[in-house]
Amino acid sequence: MEKRVVFRSAWLPYALVAPQIAITVIFFFWPAGQAIWYSFQLQDAFGLKTQFVGLENFRALFNDAHYLESFKITAVFSFLVALCGIGVALLLAVMADRVIKGALAYKTLLIWPYAVAPAVAGVLWAFLFAPSIGIVTYLLKKNGIDWNWVLKGDQAMLLVVIAATWKQVSYNFLFFLAGLQSIPRSLIEAAAIDGAGPGRRFWSIVFPLLSPTTFFLLVVNVVYAFFDTFGVIDATTQGGPAGATQILVYKAYYDGVKAADLGGSSAQSAILMLIVIALTVVQFRFVERKVQY
Amino acid sequence: MIENRPWLTVLSHVVLILGIVVIAFPLYVTFVASTLTLDEIISVPMPLVPGSHLVENYTQVLTAGTQAGTAAPVGRMMLNSLIMALAIAIGKIAISIIASFAIVYFRFPLRNFFFWMIFITLMLPVEVRIIPTFKVVSDLGMLDSYVGLTLPLIASATATFLFRQFFLTVPDELAEAARIDGAGPMRFFKDVLLPLSKTSIAALFVIQFIYGWNQYLWPLLITTQENMYTTVIGIKRMITSGDALTEWHLVMATAMLAMLPPVAVVVLMQRWFVRGLVETEK
Repeated sequence: MEKRVVFRSAWLPYALVAPQIAITVIFFFWPAGQAIWYSFQLQDAFGLKTQFVGLENFRALFNDAHYLESFKITAVFSFLVALCGIGVALLLAVMADRVIKGALAYKTLLIWPYAVAPAVAGVLWAFLFAPSIGIVTYLLKKNGIDWNWVLKGDQAMLLVVIAATWKQVSYNFLFFLAGLQSIPRSLIEAAAIDGAGPGRRFWSIVFPLLSPTTFFLLVVNVVYAFFDTFGVIDATTQGGPAGATQILVYKAYYDGVKAADLGGSSAQSAILMLIVIALTVVQFRFVERKVQY
Repeated sequence: MIENRPWLTVLSHVVLILGIVVIAFPLYVTFVASTLTLDEIISVPMPLVPGSHLVENYTQVLTAGTQAGTAAPVGRMMLNSLIMALAIAIGKIAISIIASFAIVYFRFPLRNFFFWMIFITLMLPVEVRIIPTFKVVSDLGMLDSYVGLTLPLIASATATFLFRQFFLTVPDELAEAARIDGAGPMRFFKDVLLPLSKTSIAALFVIQFIYGWNQYLWPLLITTQENMYTTVIGIKRMITSGDALTEWHLVMATAMLAMLPPVAVVVLMQRWFVRGLVETEK
């Protein structure tokens, strides 16, 4: 799309885009380029000498059992976060779409967790589930469940999934509610006249019509679980125990900042960039055209 | 309402109330914990009714911080968070709105090139370029400064897109009329486009304020001095290893303070928030 009427100036447009472009180049392209450059290099233990090693860092990564494990953990984690977040939000949105009394109050009380920082969300849930003092831990122990996420990998995973989902439900809820409200009432009414009950109407009409929204949310939730949950992980399990919750982003951070493995961390960054690019392409190619708000 | 099914309406209310209770439970426990003493919290199970130390706990974190983790007062951290959130929100809106104005209302060589350059930044979140960005900022001497905290985060493809989409829907006649009346481009921008963009700006501001306030990885990397911590980082630094050593009553008071401004913004500006959310994701 283009404007028919434009202004003319030899310098003004450049001056106007300059701040945005300057920041983009200095803080986006330059570091991203460096990440790719470092990923082909090997640095000795003291950071004195660097050597060009081609794809060696990548080969090392894909031969590293920990890295492959981290891939698997990220896949499980994002699958669970997306599935739980979308499922719970859909249920709540369908219910909220039905009620008339108190609709605004329900909406307000359901959307506020969006504003909570991921790291704070992690702290809240870690406190509830804290091995020795947590109130939920106490209830679980009373029911004979031995709860200690500090030692048990699957429980640690459950904790970060709950914390990450809790924060994301409100976002999904808003999009589902908008999707539900854009479905023409006449379709639902026609089905009702034909004798379809609420359940049948949901599965045969509402759910298929919501599928673009669902697909869009699936992509967004996977991106969220991949990148934005760094705070949740760092504030709770820090990747532990024994790497059970070490998602890819956390590993790239840990290897680069804590373990000072510049080449390895940069190679991981380069792979993460590829993943973001793939997800962004999916989002724009398939979602843009089909989602209606 | 298509048909009257009382039991289904009752069920809807029950599910919603249940959802709200589950979602609000962590917040409630946090609030209760922030009004207790440490001894009350660590005597399992902790009480579930608010205690009497609300004023005491909040005054202590705001002015003096904790003893075990970090001694930085949370008042200062809140100020840092506020500066960061405002600078990011205002900065993003400012540079994006002028960039999209240039891209939509001018024809110039490299126009598409610039547009794609901004577009690609969508694909480069901080998380994927951690170390090199840190290096750039430290080479520029911006560690532990407000500039370092905010500047690298204010380039925004989404905001640029949003304004571009909006400008494209502004009728051409307005620009035509402005030109006939002899108004230059900046005059047109200031007197016509800016007032028309008010709602988009408000919506974007809400989203970006929350984004800025909740930043975690970036301030974690570049702040080493306690007086530059943001509230979210402060909480993390207060938690020492081991449940019992952490001063949970103070951590929870800080968590309440960290949640208060963004949650208030969402609740009070709900209309703009919903609009901003839906629009920025388009």
